[in-house]
Amino acid sequence: MPTLSIPPQSLLTLGVILFCLGLFGALTRRNIIIVLVCVELMLNAANINLVAFSRLGASPNLDGQVFALFTITVAAAEIAVGLALLLAFFRLRQSSEVKDMNQNKL
Amino acid sequence: MAAYAWIIPLLPLVGYIFLLLLGKKAPEGFVAGVSTILVLIGLGLSLGVFSSLAGTDGAVTYTWKWLSIGSHNIDVGFQVTHLNALMLVVVSLVSTLVFLFSLGYMHKDERFSVFYQYLNLFVFSMLALVISPNLLQMYIFWEMVGLCSYLLVGFWYFKPEAALAAKKSFIVTRIGDVGLFIAIILLFASTGSFDFNTIFQAAASGKIALGFISGSGLITLTAILAFIGAVGKSAQFPLHVWLPDAMEGPTPVSALIHAATMVAAGVYLVARLYPLFELSQPALTVVAWIGGVTALLASLMALTQRDIKRVIAYSTVSQLGYMMMALGVGGYVYGVFHLMTHAFFKALLFLAAGSIIHAIDTQDLFDMGGLRKKMPITFWTFLAGALALSGIVPFAGFWSKDDILTATLKSGHPVLYLFGLIAAFCTAFYIFRVFFLTFAGKPRDEKRYEHAHEGSWVMTLPLIVLAVLATIAGFFNSPLNGNALEKYLLRDAGDAVVAGIPTTSPAYLLGHTYPANVGLMALSVAVGLAGIGLAAWRYANKNREITVPTGEGNFLYMLSYRKFYLDEIYYAIVVAPGKVLAKISDFVDRYIIDGIVVVVSRLVYVIGLGLKYTQTGQLQTYGAATMLGLFVILAIALFRQGGVF
Repeated sequence: MPTLSIPPQSLLTLGVILFCLGLFGALTRRNIIIVLVCVELMLNAANINLVAFSRLGASPNLDGQVFALFTITVAAAEIAVGLALLLAFFRLRQSSEVKDMNQNKL
Repeated sequence: MAAYAWIIPLLPLVGYIFLLLLGKKAPEGFVAGVSTILVLIGLGLSLGVFSSLAGTDGAVTYTWKWLSIGSHNIDVGFQVTHLNALMLVVVSLVSTLVFLFSLGYMHKDERFSVFYQYLNLFVFSMLALVISPNLLQMYIFWEMVGLCSYLLVGFWYFKPEAALAAKKSFIVTRIGDVGLFIAIILLFASTGSFDFNTIFQAAASGKIALGFISGSGLITLTAILAFIGAVGKSAQFPLHVWLPDAMEGPTPVSALIHAATMVAAGVYLVARLYPLFELSQPALTVVAWIGGVTALLASLMALTQRDIKRVIAYSTVSQLGYMMMALGVGGYVYGVFHLMTHAFFKALLFLAAGSIIHAIDTQDLFDMGGLRKKMPITFWTFLAGALALSGIVPFAGFWSKDDILTATLKSGHPVLYLFGLIAAFCTAFYIFRVFFLTFAGKPRDEKRYEHAHEGSWVMTLPLIVLAVLATIAGFFNSPLNGNALEKYLLRDAGDAVVAGIPTTSPAYLLGHTYPANVGLMALSVAVGLAGIGLAAWRYANKNREITVPTGEGNFLYMLSYRKFYLDEIYYAIVVAPGKVLAKISDFVDRYIIDGIVVVVSRLVYVIGLGLKYTQTGQLQTYGAATMLGLFVILAIALFRQGGVF
């Protein structure tokens, strides 16, 4: 099977781009759903790093891939909790905007 | 028997706790009865202890280890020496009678039970002080005695004078206590022990020194510092000012303070530390002169006072001066002997004065007069006390005062002897001035006179018992019975040998003894009679009108009446600068210290005011700030890694 060789720098760059996009979105988008999506984006950027190093790192092994699987699981659970919170919040305030979630301050 | 001496102070303590639990509403007779019976049992035990020590040597000591600090052990326990045994008897005897008397005097007082609580605590403190085997324990009870006298002098605290007098007595004695405390620390630092005997032995064998001061210098220093404590407690010049003011307390308290519990502690302290004083001639000289000057000054002040209790109070100061003088000139036995006789006749005079005040409800001598018919028991007992105080043979004061005067002259202090003699003349004059103004002549206030009556048996019985004692107590140490008390007391010391008694006691000395001298006796009796005669001529003379003296233009009269202006002088040199100092520190505290605090608090408030706008509740703002912070930290870490800074 021909091996596709991608230099690790490209993979890491992809990870950085995805992470920055996610971060930017999480900090600037007004809709909570988009913010959640952006959080997922950041998690996946991390996953790319994990997988890349599990194959191309100094001591390649399966740990990184296993960890990536865990992250995906946790991300799924997180999104479930996040959406439930969002639903509760929407019922309470009739809004899905981040700026309306400011009632926790003193 | 002496092994049970610890029970004696415990009895009033039990009484105190019992009354405390009983509460304020307990019936008067029950409260007083329980207290009196407990002290009476204590008196019985004291007499047992006293007699059990007769014919034996040295001290009975029981101690237990209390604290271990480094290599030092601090003990508690009790010690019975011949001196302590005598004090136990005197204190419990006077206390018993005062307890009984108070039942009549304090009748219908709102805080009757509280009064007895304080009295019990007072007597407990004094008895425990007396049998303390070491300086630390003694100091604890010393302070408790001071506390109780504060509580009792200020018992009628709603009277502003009483509250002031209580404060004054506490503060003035405290000045002296500082001296005593320093002395105790120095003795502990130099000998490593609080124990009396250890200290005496170290001092006598010269094994006492601190780095910066020689052995004899240290002994002199500590003796004088301890004496300052005694000066405060025993109201010696120049710290005597609290005692006359302490008259604001109830009269039985005055009797207790003056005769048994409070002021006796100072003389007792010097007597207890006598082996230490004996090693330092300068310290003894200081004691003698302070005593002599106090005896003279106080007797002069007493001449013109108008308040019956104040006259007797100055008389106490004066008599305590005699005791100190006796101790100072080496007449240890005579000082202690006078302490005993004085306790009896001074308690008698105070209780008699209390009986008079109770009957006519005034303390001003010029409102009295003619009470002889109305109050015969008080009259006769007061007469016995006055004769004893004046030193007329054969009353108690004669024997002890004459011993003191003899010792003073024979030990080579003619000036002090002269002081003592003048004081004796004044003493006889002022006490008979009181006597004649109170009992002789016509009543000067008819309304009060009509009202006057003798108290019930609880008030007259103590008077009669004390009058008997004031008459015969002198014979305990008269040449007629071979100076029995002298031989008894000297068994505490090595110089029992001098008195011809074989002994195994520690080898320190307790002063000197002087045989009675008939010529000197006759002289002092003559002086006393002259004083009485002058008082009779002035105040019991039908041809002389008794008017309230104004003292105008009479400098000497005013000098005495205003107590040599000592209160004014103290006000000017101590109180007024103290107030200025208080003003300054008030200013510093109010404006500088407080100012700093206010500025700091304002600063924090302003910072908070600014920062509160950063808390918006906007998660995305927080997130951005967090990221920014993370970047900054990362940048710093990277730059440091790269060696930029």
